[in-house]
Amino acid sequence: MIYLKLFLSFLQIGAFSFGGGYAAMPLIQEQVITLNHWLTMDTFTDLVTIAEMTPGPIAVNAATFVGTQVAGPLGALSATAGCILPSCVFVTLLAWVYTRYRNLALLQNTLASLRPAVVAMIAKAGLTILISAFFLNGTFSLALSNVSIRMVCYFIIAVVLLRKAKWNPILVMVLCGVFEVGYYILTIL
Amino acid sequence: MENQKNNVLLKLFTSTLYLSTFTFGGGYVIVTLLKDRFVDHYHWIDEEEMLDLVAIAQSSPGAIAVNGAIVVGYKLAGIPGVLISVLGAVIPPMVILSLVSMCYTAFSTNPFIAAMLSGMRAGVGAVIASVVWDMGRNVVKTKDWVNIAVMLISFCASYFGGVNVVFIILAVALFGMIRSIIAGKSAGTTDAFSSEKRSEKEGSHS
Repeated sequence: MIYLKLFLSFLQIGAFSFGGGYAAMPLIQEQVITLNHWLTMDTFTDLVTIAEMTPGPIAVNAATFVGTQVAGPLGALSATAGCILPSCVFVTLLAWVYTRYRNLALLQNTLASLRPAVVAMIAKAGLTILISAFFLNGTFSLALSNVSIRMVCYFIIAVVLLRKAKWNPILVMVLCGVFEVGYYILTIL
Repeated sequence: MENQKNNVLLKLFTSTLYLSTFTFGGGYVIVTLLKDRFVDHYHWIDEEEMLDLVAIAQSSPGAIAVNGAIVVGYKLAGIPGVLISVLGAVIPPMVILSLVSMCYTAFSTNPFIAAMLSGMRAGVGAVIASVVWDMGRNVVKTKDWVNIAVMLISFCASYFGGVNVVFIILAVALFGMIRSIIAGKSAGTTDAFSSEKRSEKEGSHS
């Protein structure tokens, strides 16, 4: 049953994304692309882009998007419920423990030790996105005819704008999109 | 009394709904704004306690914005507070993404929209690369070789070995827990995390 499947998949995403923000991304990628084939790599990348440009946590955004795409509004509800249930249980329990004992040391140490792994997982998810953007057939191969030089240029410009000029990420992404629309208009003229 | 309680619940709902609708920039921003509202504006939670509640929100699995709403809700109104603030935090992204999702299906075949989205893929890749660079540099900066090794091994296991993300997280969490228990027992030794934790506390004060 699709609703239960969505619920259980996003339950795992909710339960194992430690560190907030992008930490959920590798888990979403694994559940939604690798295991269940609900989205293609391109649609997933669009989803990450959209999540970046709208308010709200990426996991909740992804739950609604994937749920709607796969099974309509009810799908969105089941996925979102799954995604926030672990938070509700875990955080409430922890808040309760905290009001009793006021000690979070073990938990915080464990979290700190998770950080390197979380960085690695995000790096992996980011790399998959870049490979799907850079290579025309979506897989890594150095045949020059397969590399989209344009995308590599956008990437380099975007990195410079983000790192050196400290531009807002949303603005940088929109600029890359506008470049590509400009290119498309040139090709159809 | 009953009125006052309803008032707290209403304020919780409107606050989380408002913050969740208008806050771009993720969980860390939301948590700061929750503090502004409930500590500095309403004076319902004291500063010190709020710092610990934020630490709970950030140390727990799941979205930090949702976790932040849960701790504040729990603190102010118990379980009903949790339900109300989660509802407030989740409704805006659900509504927005449902609309986006419908438009996506209708518009993504339009060549202009498709070109826009395809160009933005390079941009979002750059944003993530930049985030990874910052986070990775912080790990390397600790000069803790165990942490650096954990980072490299997890990357290889995930990227080249195709190991499940959940499994990697569980394994590293177990390893970290054992490590911090051992570090806690050998008193007097400086453990790898204390300096990092201190700087985090200072960071959240400023």
